[in-house]
Amino acid sequence: MIQALKNLFVPNRSPELDFRASQFRLVWRKFRRHRLAKIGMVGLFVMYILATFAEFFVPVDPRQRHREYVYAPPSRIHVVDAEGRWHWPYIHGRTRTLNRETFRYEFPENVGVRYPIHVLVKRTPYHLLGLVPLNRTLFGTAEGAPPLFLMGADRMGRDLFSRIIYGGRISLYIGFAGVGLSFFLGCLLGGISGYLRGRTDEVIQRFIDLLLCLPTLPLWMALSAAVPRDWGVTQTYFAITLILAVVGWAGLARVVRGKFLALGQEEFVLAARAAGCSDARIIFRHLFPSMASYLIVSVTIAIPGMILGETGMSFLGLGMQSPAISWGVLLQDAQDLVNLAHHPWLLWPCFFVIAIVLMFNFVGDGLRDAADPYARV
Amino acid sequence: MAHYIARRFLIMIVLFFGISILSFVIIQLPPGDYVSTYIQQLETAGVKIDSQAIERLKLRYGLDQPMHIQYVKWMRNILLHGEFGRSFQYDEPVRTIIAERLPITVGLSLVAMLFVWVVALPIAIYSALHKYSVFDYVWTFIGFIGMALPGFIFAVVLMYLVYNLTGHAVTGMFSYAYVGEPWSWGKVLDLLSNIWLPVVVTGTAGTAGLIRLVRGMLLDELGKQYVTTARAKGLSERTLLWKYPIRMAFNPVVSNIGLLLPALVGGSMIVAIVLNIRDIGSALLGAVLAEDMYLAGSIILVLGSLTLIGTFISDLALAWLDPRIRYA
Repeated sequence: MIQALKNLFVPNRSPELDFRASQFRLVWRKFRRHRLAKIGMVGLFVMYILATFAEFFVPVDPRQRHREYVYAPPSRIHVVDAEGRWHWPYIHGRTRTLNRETFRYEFPENVGVRYPIHVLVKRTPYHLLGLVPLNRTLFGTAEGAPPLFLMGADRMGRDLFSRIIYGGRISLYIGFAGVGLSFFLGCLLGGISGYLRGRTDEVIQRFIDLLLCLPTLPLWMALSAAVPRDWGVTQTYFAITLILAVVGWAGLARVVRGKFLALGQEEFVLAARAAGCSDARIIFRHLFPSMASYLIVSVTIAIPGMILGETGMSFLGLGMQSPAISWGVLLQDAQDLVNLAHHPWLLWPCFFVIAIVLMFNFVGDGLRDAADPYARV
Repeated sequence: MAHYIARRFLIMIVLFFGISILSFVIIQLPPGDYVSTYIQQLETAGVKIDSQAIERLKLRYGLDQPMHIQYVKWMRNILLHGEFGRSFQYDEPVRTIIAERLPITVGLSLVAMLFVWVVALPIAIYSALHKYSVFDYVWTFIGFIGMALPGFIFAVVLMYLVYNLTGHAVTGMFSYAYVGEPWSWGKVLDLLSNIWLPVVVTGTAGTAGLIRLVRGMLLDELGKQYVTTARAKGLSERTLLWKYPIRMAFNPVVSNIGLLLPALVGGSMIVAIVLNIRDIGSALLGAVLAEDMYLAGSIILVLGSLTLIGTFISDLALAWLDPRIRYA
């Protein structure tokens, strides 16, 4: 017991201990040496924390409209005033004024008053995740002061940064939900296909071929026609998850089937069968554990595809609809080139989508290398 | 060889029927059938329609019959007469709309495929031959970004950058002045100045993937003994490369078409929507939004069949390229 605890906490690099370390520890040890994967892991962790506890992290209520700040560019955060004196970071109020030459609105700062950005600023009481009562958020200007627009405001004067953080709730978790469902389908059908073989295998294989040879996007689009437009946020969310999973399970099923076919011939499976194990026991005690690392890798690689699926569909107006906040919904505002040219900060959601996908790819790559027992890192 | 082709052909036929069933299911997905939606559409437009006409429509689409008969009827009309049904959104036969829009999608996808090969192959070969050089690292990095970059976001960002830097708005296939004009050199140049962006955006992810694939394959091959043998017998490095390992590395390029093609078609569609190109993608989007299901389902059917044909051709090419497949 003490030895086990010691093994867990003290990094052990002596090669003879490799024989005693569990598979998980071996994988983890190799994974930690993959620098990009580590960065990706930390980045993802931070983004998921931000999205999960969005209420606490956003400086402004994402649904509140500030009529006097329609399409306001990001707030400028100052630390030095006009006289050269240092202050705690602060912003100025801004007044929306029409430029008579360009006929566009501008937001000159009212230099007179300073509004400091408080840490743990007081807010009207709210419930974190609908459970924990709180009355402070991490940062922001005081109530009644001009709101802090870290990434500018949208066409209704809502804070884009806060909306992006909130949008992560839908966009980031739909990846998990979709992958979870397609993981189940993939394991079930891939497992049946690889374990039973014969004609069942042939039929399921043709079905997988069918799904893989069709372009995914048109299929998503066509299936989304079945989602009624008047459904609520939650219903649409589940419908989209279902669509993503129904189209996306085929790749995973192929991996599972391949593994089943390969492992089915291994001695340890034959031994288990000779010893009189039931099919269920062979599958769940022997086959699935030995392919666990491959499954984890496939799942990690599949998540960004699902996130992009939601973002793309919502972007086209086929997925989540306003008032729901997701990254795809936010990107709808970035569709119009002229609008974008005048308000380039509307591109910020793009940055988050790309960053998330990149980080998932890094982690997936790291896991793949780490899970391969023959690769020497 | 004949056996291989026959088997592939058979699989293609089976998959075609799979796709046709799927498309039919898609047509049936939204609540309400075609005729009731059509009547509703007419009534909101203020057109009175008599019950006889309704009956005629129902008979024509076989709506009083069970599902499988409806399916057979739909398929027979397509296969024998090339009739896909009618789009009430455009009030035209679906065939006309597809015939008008499809060439743009197909052309865009093919040009993008050409782009992928022309860019990816030289880079992959050079990277593999100069492993761990600066060039190799730079392209590995670009490849990684390229794989992660979703097409529609790339299109939006690139469109914004081009507009910001040059003031040229890359939307549609042609600039405003050339729309509806007869073909001329100016129009061709204008087309080129607009078409590069969708091609680059559509092709980037595929390019990144192919570079990785071919580089890896070539690195494996370069370490094999037949390369050492060829070198030992005094073959010049250039002949050696072109004669053996590079030919081997072309295998995955050809077998990859089956995956690349659907990705390109799907990718080009969303990019075309962003860039306001009137291809089949925007038709599908409009059809789905308006629940014009004969149009939507038929587009899926046509796109799926085209990718099937593409995959079949790539299978043939693979057999021609690789004797192991031909004589297996």
